[in-house]
Amino acid sequence: MLQLNRDTLVEAFTLMKTIRDFEDRVHTEFATGAIPGFVHLYAGEEASAVGVCLNLNDSDYIASTHRGHGHCIAKGCDVDGMMKEIYGRRDGLCGGKGGSMHIADLAKGMMGANGIVGGGPPLVCGAALSAKTLGTGGVAVAFVGDGGSNQGTTLESYNLAKVWNLPVIFVVEDNGYAETTASAWAVGGSQTKRAEAFGMPGREVDGHDFFDVYEAAQEAVERARAGDGPSLLHVRLGRHYGHFEGDAMAYRAEGEVEALRRDKDCLKAFRTRVTETGLLEPEQLDQIEREVGARIDAAVAGAIGAAAPAAEDLLTDVYASY
Amino acid sequence: MSKKSYRQAINEALAQEMRRDPTVIVMGEDNVGGMGAPGEDDAWGGVLGVTKGLMPEFGRARVLDTPITESAFIGAAAGAAATGLRPVAELMFVDFMGVCFDQIYNQAGKFRYMFGGQGTTPLVIRTMYGAGFRAASQHSQCLYPVFTHIPGLKVVIPSSPYEAKGLMIQSIRDDDPVIFFEHKVMYDDEEEVPDEPYTIPFGEANLTREGGDVTVVAIGRMVQFANQVADKLEKDGIGCTVIDPRTTSPLDTDSILESVAETGRLVVVDEASPRCNMATDISALVSQEAFSALKAPIRMVTPPHTPVPFAPELEDLYIPGPDQIEAAVRAVAGYRA
Ligand SMILES: Cc1ncc(C[n+]2csc(CCOP(=O)(O)OP(=O)(O)O)c2C)c(N)n1
Ligand SMILES: [Mg+2]
Repeated sequence: MLQLNRDTLVEAFTLMKTIRDFEDRVHTEFATGAIPGFVHLYAGEEASAVGVCLNLNDSDYIASTHRGHGHCIAKGCDVDGMMKEIYGRRDGLCGGKGGSMHIADLAKGMMGANGIVGGGPPLVCGAALSAKTLGTGGVAVAFVGDGGSNQGTTLESYNLAKVWNLPVIFVVEDNGYAETTASAWAVGGSQTKRAEAFGMPGREVDGHDFFDVYEAAQEAVERARAGDGPSLLHVRLGRHYGHFEGDAMAYRAEGEVEALRRDKDCLKAFRTRVTETGLLEPEQLDQIEREVGARIDAAVAGAIGAAAPAAEDLLTDVYASY
Repeated sequence: MSKKSYRQAINEALAQEMRRDPTVIVMGEDNVGGMGAPGEDDAWGGVLGVTKGLMPEFGRARVLDTPITESAFIGAAAGAAATGLRPVAELMFVDFMGVCFDQIYNQAGKFRYMFGGQGTTPLVIRTMYGAGFRAASQHSQCLYPVFTHIPGLKVVIPSSPYEAKGLMIQSIRDDDPVIFFEHKVMYDDEEEVPDEPYTIPFGEANLTREGGDVTVVAIGRMVQFANQVADKLEKDGIGCTVIDPRTTSPLDTDSILESVAETGRLVVVDEASPRCNMATDISALVSQEAFSALKAPIRMVTPPHTPVPFAPELEDLYIPGPDQIEAAVRAVAGYRA
């Protein structure tokens, strides 16, 4: 924590709060029927995306999951463009053609949310191969859920990243569930021992603690940049909402979500830590919260007022040329 | 007989076959729901509730939840089918077939032929297909032509609740691997469905409308649209025979050819991407076998050659609808060489 300057702390808080407000707002907007399709919210998991991505720059790549909004924001995607995409608008980050599950911004090193569980890890091996071959100095991060950690594609990617000695970080975000299924039931063995078995370091991380994530990611990123190969972080955290919007969460314990929000909130923990140590003033954080709130209000208003794609857009961009 | 939804019809078929035959098992991601979790059991019963209630009646030994490992559990279903069970495995969205395709087309679909006729593989893979859910490019495809392409697989595409129940029971009793396509926007469609078990044979098309001017072959959800158009055009004096093939493999070529011999005009309506789909397949069949009967060029009504877009305005443009079908039928009916 000592090595983090005030600017970085402000950035961390701003990003985490932006994700939280973005997701809380998408939750209420979805309930009005204004947002089409499947939406999976990242609220509660902010410290993971931000703790990892603050160690990255624009030439580093990440691949995300179906629960991708937080990763997008942490990697620098434009919040207005994201909101418009979720509403299916022409000015959305993907022209309204992708939606929540496919938000991408390659210029920011964001290779896409993904509708296919386990779709990201192989792609990230490819991004890391490009970085290595082209000598960009970049690294690549695969975010994958506890459920996605069981996919063959994920386990094969561990091996490939190891044998090709790729600059990859696998971030297993274990929120306890894959849809309704508990990770404690569905994951055989342990995430870190899996890493070990493939010959790479694996580390347990408290995903409600930004500082723990940041420090673990820093070590993994430095290792990858130095040419020492892949590593894995097992980040334990919890999601505030259902698997997707509309999930009644009958499989969760009574009071589970309330307890999570009360006792394990990464934003509250961050505020306590930085104010108690005098690194930031409470008023500074309050100010950030107000600014973020206004920014999200503006993003929603902008998305609601934005134009739908035009009919001719249906046929464009299937190929680069044809 | 009572009104049942497409969802209930499939659920009832599964339950009745599980009661009849103890070797029938069901598996899939969250087919029960809440495995290892602190809350309710049977929390989901499948992502859209089709398998709800099966675990409480048949127990966890016969209704299995799986980790997210399609290659492993679809392959396991194939292996179990070859060795004494009759698994009904759910592959949530057909788009996810990419993850486990080898186990389906190189393994399950080829065992019997490669092994010189040894054994059977009574496997059913249930899967959701189709656009209209605002679910974007990776959750909206049809893909049934891809499976129809593969010798050894049977492909079933029920167009209504009645069809779904009878075809599901037939699929479970069938000794070959069957891919059973459920259209995700049809789960709440309702119609009268018999309470008792019944089967609908594969390879026997259903003529949902009969008329002498134009033959309309429609697949899956498109049958509803073709029926609407047929009813409308009948008032305008254009009689349509609407053919629902029910299964694309085997395909009831006789019913199609007999109808075209009478009408001389064919429209094929297919929600699948237009290249190498059922529309091109059926058109080729008719061109080859009934060329002399044709009085007009065949018309194919399909989406454009693009992935399925997210934005509702674009997705609505993408999906073939009654307007396009009507235009195609009018075009062939009014064709003069
Ligand atoms: C290949 C594939 N299988 C299944 C699904 C359906 N699905 C979407 S999200 C999900 C659960 C993923 O759980 P996890 O990886 O833990 O991520 P979380 O939702 O908890 O963030 C499932 C089964 C899918 N999209 N792709
Ligand atoms: Mg999870």
